Amino acid sequence: MSLLLQEPGLLAGDRPARSRTGLLWDVIKNQPSATIGAVILGIFIVLAVLAPVLAPYGLHEQVGPVYGHPSWAHPLGLDDGGIDMVTLLMWGARISLVVGFAATFVSMVIGGTVGLVSGYFGGRTDTVLMRITDYFLAIPDVPLMIVVAAIWGPSLFHIIVVIGVLLWTGTARVVRAQVMSVRERAYVKRARSLGAGDLRIILRHVLPQISPILIASTVLTIAVAIFDETALAFLGLGDPSRISLGKIIENAFQRTAISSGAWWAIVPPGAAVALLILSCSMIGRAMEDALNPRLRVSHLSAKGFRLRPLVGRGPDAV
Amino acid sequence: MSSNGLLAVEDLVVHYVVPRGLVGTMARRPQKLVRAVDGVSFSVGRGELLALVGESGCGKTTTAQTVLRLLEPVAGRISFDGEDITTLPNSALRPLRRRMQIIYQDPYESLDPRLTVKSTVEEPLLIHRSGSKRERAELVRDALARVELTPPDLFLERFPHELSGGQRQRVAIAASIVLGPDLLVADEPVSMLDVSVRAGVLGLLDSLREAGLAILMITHDLSTAARFADRIAVMYLGRIVEEGPAEAVVRDPQHPYTKALLSVVPRRDPRERSRPLILTGEAPDAIRIPRGCRFHPRCPVAIADCRDIDPVLERHGAAPEHRAACILAG
Amino acid sequence: MSSLLELEELNVWFDLPRGGTLHAVQGVSLTLDRGERLGLVGESGSGKSTTVLGLLGLLPPTATLSGRCLLNGVDILAEGEETVRPHRWVDLAIVFQGAMNALNPVQTVSSQIVEALELHGLATGRQAKARVGELLESVGIPRDRGDRFPHEFSGGMRQRAAIAMALACNPSVLVADEPTTALDVMVQAQILELLDALCRDFGLALLLVTHDLPVVAQLCDRAAVMYAGEIVEQGPVEELFHDPRHPYTRLLFAATPDLYGEGVPVSIPGTPPRLDRTLEGCPFHTRCDRSFSRCKDERPVLREVAGGRSAACHLNDVPAEVA
Repeated sequence: MSLLLQEPGLLAGDRPARSRTGLLWDVIKNQPSATIGAVILGIFIVLAVLAPVLAPYGLHEQVGPVYGHPSWAHPLGLDDGGIDMVTLLMWGARISLVVGFAATFVSMVIGGTVGLVSGYFGGRTDTVLMRITDYFLAIPDVPLMIVVAAIWGPSLFHIIVVIGVLLWTGTARVVRAQVMSVRERAYVKRARSLGAGDLRIILRHVLPQISPILIASTVLTIAVAIFDETALAFLGLGDPSRISLGKIIENAFQRTAISSGAWWAIVPPGAAVALLILSCSMIGRAMEDALNPRLRVSHLSAKGFRLRPLVGRGPDAV
Repeated sequence: MSSNGLLAVEDLVVHYVVPRGLVGTMARRPQKLVRAVDGVSFSVGRGELLALVGESGCGKTTTAQTVLRLLEPVAGRISFDGEDITTLPNSALRPLRRRMQIIYQDPYESLDPRLTVKSTVEEPLLIHRSGSKRERAELVRDALARVELTPPDLFLERFPHELSGGQRQRVAIAASIVLGPDLLVADEPVSMLDVSVRAGVLGLLDSLREAGLAILMITHDLSTAARFADRIAVMYLGRIVEEGPAEAVVRDPQHPYTKALLSVVPRRDPRERSRPLILTGEAPDAIRIPRGCRFHPRCPVAIADCRDIDPVLERHGAAPEHRAACILAG
Repeated sequence: MSSLLELEELNVWFDLPRGGTLHAVQGVSLTLDRGERLGLVGESGSGKSTTVLGLLGLLPPTATLSGRCLLNGVDILAEGEETVRPHRWVDLAIVFQGAMNALNPVQTVSSQIVEALELHGLATGRQAKARVGELLESVGIPRDRGDRFPHEFSGGMRQRAAIAMALACNPSVLVADEPTTALDVMVQAQILELLDALCRDFGLALLLVTHDLPVVAQLCDRAAVMYAGEIVEQGPVEELFHDPRHPYTRLLFAATPDLYGEGVPVSIPGTPPRLDRTLEGCPFHTRCDRSFSRCKDERPVLREVAGGRSAACHLNDVPAEVA
C-alpha cells in the first residue's frame, strides 16, 4: 500500500509554512511599521555610505558665516564653523551607524555565544554564565561607559568596545531561552541519540532555530547602541577626531547655538538620531511580534461571529 | 526472559533528585528522591515487540530513555547483544548507537522543520559517515520505500509542514531505520495520530519486526498493546508488576492492577460493557512510594501481609513466561 | 414532544488569511433529548469541535455561521451573540478541550466557581460558597480542597473542577469536548463514571465530542459520526457498530484496536478532503472501499435508513444484490 502525497488537507493543527526567504524579509514586506522603518533606515544607510560621493560640500570646507541661516544652497544652514549642515549630517550618520553596527556586532557575538553555550550545556556552565550576565545587567550602562571612556581615552575603537561589552546581556538571555527550548525538541534529542556531536547539533539544528530571534534582538540592539554612542559623544566622551551625530549636537551645545537662535544646528541632528533609533525599533518590534504569536490578543474577544440566513441543502442550496 | 535477548535489562534503577533551591539547601532539608525506575528487569529479542504499558508516572518513558543511555541509571545492568553498556563512555557508545534508535510521540516535533525529508533521513548516515553520496541517496530511497512512502522521489524534497501527521511519523521511522538498527525504541509512536492512520504506522512497525527488528514500544493504550505486541510488561510506580505474552496478560491477568486496568479500557462494541474495577484516587508520586507492595493502598484485594512484603516478579500464570509481582497471584 | 436541543442545518465558514473560505461545518443537524447522551465522533478536521463551539456562539470574528439552534423551541442563534449569551452556562454549559489546563493558576478553585455564579447573578457571598461546596462534592472533590490552587490538583481532579464549574448554573445540556483525552485510562474511567452519574442524577443531556470511538460506545446512547464537516451517519451506538450504514463508520471501527477483538486493525488509506474548495460527489469516495460510479458525481444526502438512524451514502439506495 503506497501513500500518495495528497495535498495536505487543512486539518486542525497544521502549522503554517516557514518561509524560505527569511523572517526579516517577510516582516519588512508584510508589516507596515517594519516597512517604514526599513525604508528610513535604508535611506540613512545609503546616504551615509555614499557620503563621500553625495555630500554637496566638503566636510571641512567653510562655505559661509558661522551659523549661517538655511537657504536654497544650504537647506539646513551652516554650523559654528560655517560648514554645511547637510554634509555634516551625512558624515555624522556614517560614524553613528558605524559605531552602532560595530558595537552591535560585538555584543551579538558575545551575547549569542554566551546564550548558546549557557542554554545548550546547562548545569554549572549555565549558572556561572548567568551570574556573570546578571552582574553586567545590574551595572548602570551609561555611568559605566562614561567612567570607562574617561579612563581609557576616547577613540572610536574604545567606544565600540565599551558599548558592545555592555549591551550583550539582553541578547544572551533571549538566545539562552530559545536554545533551551530548542534543545528539548524531539529532533534534537533524536540527533543526540544517533550519536551526533554537540557541534553538529548546534550548527545544524540549534543555530537555524535561534537565528530569527537573534536577528530581532540584534536590530533592537542597534537602536540602543546608536543611542549610547550619541549620549557618549554628547557628553564629550566621543572620539574627538570623528564627527558623529552626537558630536554635532554636542558642538552646537558647546558653541552657543541655542542662544544664537541657530535651531538648525541642533534639531536636524537630533531628529536624525531619533529617526534612526525609531526605524530600528520598528523593525525589531515587528520581528518580535511575528515570532511570538501569543502577543496577539485579538482572539480573546468572544463576540463577533457573523450570521447568514439559513442555507438549505439540495435544490434550495444557496 | 526471552531466549534470544538482544536487549537485556537487569534491576535497572533510575532516580531523579528534586532540586531543593537555596532555602532548602541552607535549611538542610533532606533531598527528595523521585524513584522513577526502581528495579526493572526485562529483555527484548530480535523479531519481537515488547510493549511497556502503564499510566503516567509509572516510569516507562524513563526506562526507554535509559536503555538507550539517554539518561544515566543509578544501578542495574543494561546489555545489548551480549555487551554490557551500562557504564560505557560516550566514545565507546557511539558505534553502538547506530544499532539502537528511538522514535518519538510527536510527529510535529520529531522532524526539524528546516530540513527536507531527504536531509532528515540522510542525517544519520552523515553522522556516522556511512558511504558515498550515491550510496547514501540509495539508502535514503530504500528507507522511504520501506516505510511505504512511495514513490520516494515524491517525498525527498518536501518539508515537514507539507506532510500529514502519519507521513511525518513514517519519515521519522525512515530516519531511524536507514542505518539498519537492531533495536528500535518507539515512545508512544501513534498516540498523536488520527485513529484511521494509526493502524498503518503500527502495521509498518509490525512488518519491520517481522524482518528481524527488536522493538520496545512504550504505550499507555492497552488495546494497541493487545493487538500489536508479542509481549506486554505492565509498569506501576517504577516496577514491572506483570509481564508475559500479550494474549496471556490480556486474557488471564494475574496482578490486581492489571486486572483493574484491563477492566476499565473502553471496548469498541457497545454490548461489551464489562464491569469496570475503577480504582479510587490516582497513583501516588514516585517520591513517596508505599511500604511493602507499592500497589497495596489502592489494591482491591490487599491483605495484611501486603503492607510488609514487597513482591518479586515470579512465574504465576499458565503460560511459562507469564510472571506477576503479587503474593496472591496464581 | 419536541427535543430539548435541536440543531438545524448548522454551517460554519472561516475566512482564510489569503482569501477564500473554509467550509468547516456543512449542514449539521442534531437533536438531543433530556437526559440523553449523544456522542459526536470524528477525527481531526472533521468539524466536531467547531460544531459545538458554533452552537454555543463561541466562534471567532473570522467565522460566519448559519443555521438554527432551538433550545426548548427557541432559536438562540437568531441574533448571534445577543441571543446566545443569556443561555450560555445557564442552559448550555461546556467543558472545553484541555479545560483542566485552563484554570486560572492564581485563583483558588472555589473562587473560580464562585465567579461563575456571581457573573450569572445566581448567588453571592455565603450562599455562593455553600453552592460551590455542593458542586465540588457532586464531582467527587472534598469540600475543603476547593481552597487550594489548580497546581495542587492532579489532572483528573482539575478536570472534575472544570466539570463542576460547568454545572455551576444548573444547565440542562452539558457539552464535553474531548473530556478524557489527556488523561490516563483509570482516571478516564473515573471521569466517564462521573459524567454518567451526573447525567442520571441531574437529568443532564450530554453532548460528548471525541475522536475515541470506544469511549462513545461505553457512555453514549446515540452517536453521530462526522467526516469532512458533515454528519455521515447517526443512530444508536449499538447499531453503528453492528450494522454500519456508512463505509467510514465501518472502517473507523475496523481501524480501532480492541482488547479482545479478533484480527488486526486496518488503516483507512488517503487523507480527508480540503474544505476550502467545493467538493464534487461524496467527500469520502476517494478513500472508500465500496465506492462506485455514482459516488464520484453525486453528493449523498443524509437521510433516514431505518428507525432513528440516518446515513449519507448511496449504498443505502442500492438493492443488496447489486451493491
